[in-house]
Amino acid sequence: MKYRAGQRVRVAARPHEGHHRTPGYVKGKTGSVERVHASFPNPETRAYGRDGLPKQPLYLVGFAQRDLWPDSRGHPGDRIYVDVFEHWLEVAE
Amino acid sequence: MHDRGGWPTDAPIDRSEHELADWELLTDALVGALGRQGVINVDQLRRGIESMPPNEYERASYYERWLYSVEAILTEKGVLAPGELDARLGR
Repeated sequence: MKYRAGQRVRVAARPHEGHHRTPGYVKGKTGSVERVHASFPNPETRAYGRDGLPKQPLYLVGFAQRDLWPDSRGHPGDRIYVDVFEHWLEVAE
Repeated sequence: MHDRGGWPTDAPIDRSEHELADWELLTDALVGALGRQGVINVDQLRRGIESMPPNEYERASYYERWLYSVEAILTEKGVLAPGELDARLGR
């Protein structure tokens, strides 16, 4: 596990044509690790009939809603939580 | 079609509940059985849904998307021959 709870992380904005589970609305955005889930088979290879091994670490990452949607009309403190695999994360300064 | 979530829209969100039709229950059971037999996993199901042309995706209901994906993935695996379902339905 490369990251720990509380650490600031940025989601990679790299293009990816194949199946992946990282939503476009968090790509390039910075949030913080809320929880280290565990390691799971990789859906990016399982989607093409392979076994998804080696397992990849998965994190719960929290973002400020306003960082994702500046026009959000919700409460200013609203947050959104997304499960993101480790290979999509970078250390944020 | 990938990652439809998060797109801005002014269209109202339909929050109404509806009764599932028999074919929808059967589709759910079919995907469950294919999964337990190791024929299709959920990631393949999702990839198949993402392969839909965007206009068809937007028009299709939840389980219609599942059916589209099951046919595409089973055809890709050679379980179904191309056009086999249409032929059996006399289309």
